[in-house]
Amino acid sequence: MALSRLSSRSTAISRPFSSAFSRFLSTDTTPITIETSLPFTAHLCDTPSRSVESSSQELLTFFRTMALMRRMEIAADSLYKAKLIRGFCHLYDGQEAVAIGMEAAITKKDAIITAYRDHCIFLGRGGSLHEVFSELMGRQAGCSKGKGGSMHFYKKDSGFYGGHGIVGAQVPLGVGIAFAQKYSKDEAVTFVMYGDGAANQGQLFEALNMAALWDLPAILVCENNHYGMGTAEWRAAKSPSYYKRGDYVPGLKVDGMDAFAVKQACKFAKDHALEKGPILLEMDTYRYHGHSMSDPGSTYRTRDEISGVRQERDPIERIKKLVLAHDIATEKELKDMEKEIRKEVDDAIAKAKDCPMPEPSELFTNVYVKGFGTESFGPDRKEVKAALP
Amino acid sequence: MSAILQGAGAATSLSPFNSIDSNKLVPPSRSSLSVRSKRYIVAESNVIKSFGSGLITRRSKPLIANAVATKRENAASSTSSKPGHELLLFEALQEGLEEEMDRDPHVCVMGEDVGHYGGSYKVTKGLADKFGDLRVLDTPICENAFTGMGIGAAMTGLRPVIEGMNMGFLLLAFNQISNNCGMLHYTSGGQFTIPVVIRGPGGVGRQLGAEHSQRLESYFQSIPGIQMVACSTPYNAKGLMKAAIRSENPVILFEHVLLYNLKESIPDEEYICNLEEAEMVRPGEHITILTYSRMRYHVMQAAKTLVNKGYDPEVIDIRSLKPFDLYTIGNSVKKTHRVLIVEECMRTGGIGASLTAAINENFHDYLDAPVMCLSSQDVPTPYAGTLEEWTVVQPAQIVTAVEHLCQ
Repeated sequence: MALSRLSSRSTAISRPFSSAFSRFLSTDTTPITIETSLPFTAHLCDTPSRSVESSSQELLTFFRTMALMRRMEIAADSLYKAKLIRGFCHLYDGQEAVAIGMEAAITKKDAIITAYRDHCIFLGRGGSLHEVFSELMGRQAGCSKGKGGSMHFYKKDSGFYGGHGIVGAQVPLGVGIAFAQKYSKDEAVTFVMYGDGAANQGQLFEALNMAALWDLPAILVCENNHYGMGTAEWRAAKSPSYYKRGDYVPGLKVDGMDAFAVKQACKFAKDHALEKGPILLEMDTYRYHGHSMSDPGSTYRTRDEISGVRQERDPIERIKKLVLAHDIATEKELKDMEKEIRKEVDDAIAKAKDCPMPEPSELFTNVYVKGFGTESFGPDRKEVKAALP
Repeated sequence: MSAILQGAGAATSLSPFNSIDSNKLVPPSRSSLSVRSKRYIVAESNVIKSFGSGLITRRSKPLIANAVATKRENAASSTSSKPGHELLLFEALQEGLEEEMDRDPHVCVMGEDVGHYGGSYKVTKGLADKFGDLRVLDTPICENAFTGMGIGAAMTGLRPVIEGMNMGFLLLAFNQISNNCGMLHYTSGGQFTIPVVIRGPGGVGRQLGAEHSQRLESYFQSIPGIQMVACSTPYNAKGLMKAAIRSENPVILFEHVLLYNLKESIPDEEYICNLEEAEMVRPGEHITILTYSRMRYHVMQAAKTLVNKGYDPEVIDIRSLKPFDLYTIGNSVKKTHRVLIVEECMRTGGIGASLTAAINENFHDYLDAPVMCLSSQDVPTPYAGTLEEWTVVQPAQIVTAVEHLCQ
């Protein structure tokens, strides 16, 4: 009851601001051209133009969604330390530009598949904060009914295929999704995401060979945050130019901290994949947190390095500067937006905390799918031993 | 070959198990692909009454597929005059696969040399010419990746039939089969189904060497979320292949290298075998012998000797390796009170080991003697013919074991 009073009070406070923003968010679509921070580097293909078409609406949406993602990950950090999230929790803060830029370039018909650093990509694909926090805390309302956890977020209706614990294994899956898209003539593409660590998995090259052989619309995106857990990329890969490792497959190296560069590259890649087959994208990005919550993140890199990247290349700061430079919103308005986001995240956490744990009977559901209408009873045919097909 | 005819005769009393509208089983298809709806018969191996009463019991309403249309003049006569057609086991598999591919455009095949070459055991012969190179896909040699690819395609709604040229090669794809194939339905909270069929020949062949004579059912049996079936006759090969393709769950269909050339007469009409059911090969009173795949024939050979010696063994081909059909097995144990398991898996951690545990747990009170399990030796299969013969269970050992148990 106190909660509902609190939430009603918060909406009363935030209403004037949200109406002010809705003025910006909904109407202004006059095109703005933005230059990407760095040029693209290409391997066996042309580079896309550095000028990206955008609008104030898009800029503000970028800022808002990235701030939401950042806030969500930091809140997940606190929840983990409070032991409400258990197991492994891999946080995406610092890498938001990749998720946002990619979403801006594609539709929900296109598929995305990634490994375990999937919270923000799930959000970008249309997942709600409530589903995220419920799943992280193992509640019924989670996107996988609480049975998946941090590493198993899926959203079938918007083409998000997970969420996989074993890195590298999602690459053949993603190529399979691309195969199905080609088989069914969907005119859609699949973005198969993996990290610099998983880039050394053999199955990646096997899958890339097949994708190139049959011209499948697969785009392999290497989110190069330069560390495979504790191992720096130069210690794990003889050739750290991940965009070139496709050999006969064209590749593009992108500044992954610049959302517009990501958007441009993904648009380019989608067009390429639909016409000519697979392409490799390397997103040069960085994660502020350690590999997961069990990793402090400072034993293999210096704090100066982390704070240096945060000062010079932070994706949200970049968008903020662009917003201010183009006079789309004032500093104060952006700060208020951030406060509103903070409240939104806190409300979602509170709502998720209230959500019940899954029923014990849920242990046996979704192991098999019922088909043929047969049920397997125990030997006496009276007791259903398990929910078998 | 009387063993085969005996098997065929015993298991062919069919009654329509569940006439379900096949449309309900088809996943929502994209507008470009649609499924022809057909009714079908699910075959139940129920031998209590009609041991030799013919192949099909027909219902009054027409349930049938194309074959009957040409035989309309026989409709009035009893079904025992239905001729059926004779074919080899690999042809039965091919027929089942082809029928399913005709019926549902989502079904596709992928594997090494399945397309232009026609399949290393000719199971996919002619399919690439009929359905095209994309639907019958020749993959490079990368089991891990193409199994993963099949699973990824299944997540979107396709129904791939993934062939491992030899079951042993699928060890390379273990991660995909265990983590993605088996678990995705559960970890996604039911959002994704993985209707793949993973099939291939396994088992000890004729001096193929250690790495090509593996029995993978023991490794896969604890993966949650998958079903495993083993076919042993052309009849159940076709039926299980069709059922596996139609099932929404991932099914691993174990074939045996030495059984591909078995000949049998199978019905012309469309039929499906129940995936979770065991097959009663020979009803008896004295002892229950549980077996599957190639060992079924060793058991039947031993059964001839046993019958001459005055024993009456009940032979059940368990067919469903995961989950076990404890209903059929239980009824048999309650009748005979003695169990012998004959399998080709290794002794340690094999299907027989799990089955022994399951029977002891559920039917302990009905047993007059401990469950005995004859398995292959815990050794890599040697090349030399005589040694290879002794790694697997031979009929003479089965006879001795039965005599020992029935004392």
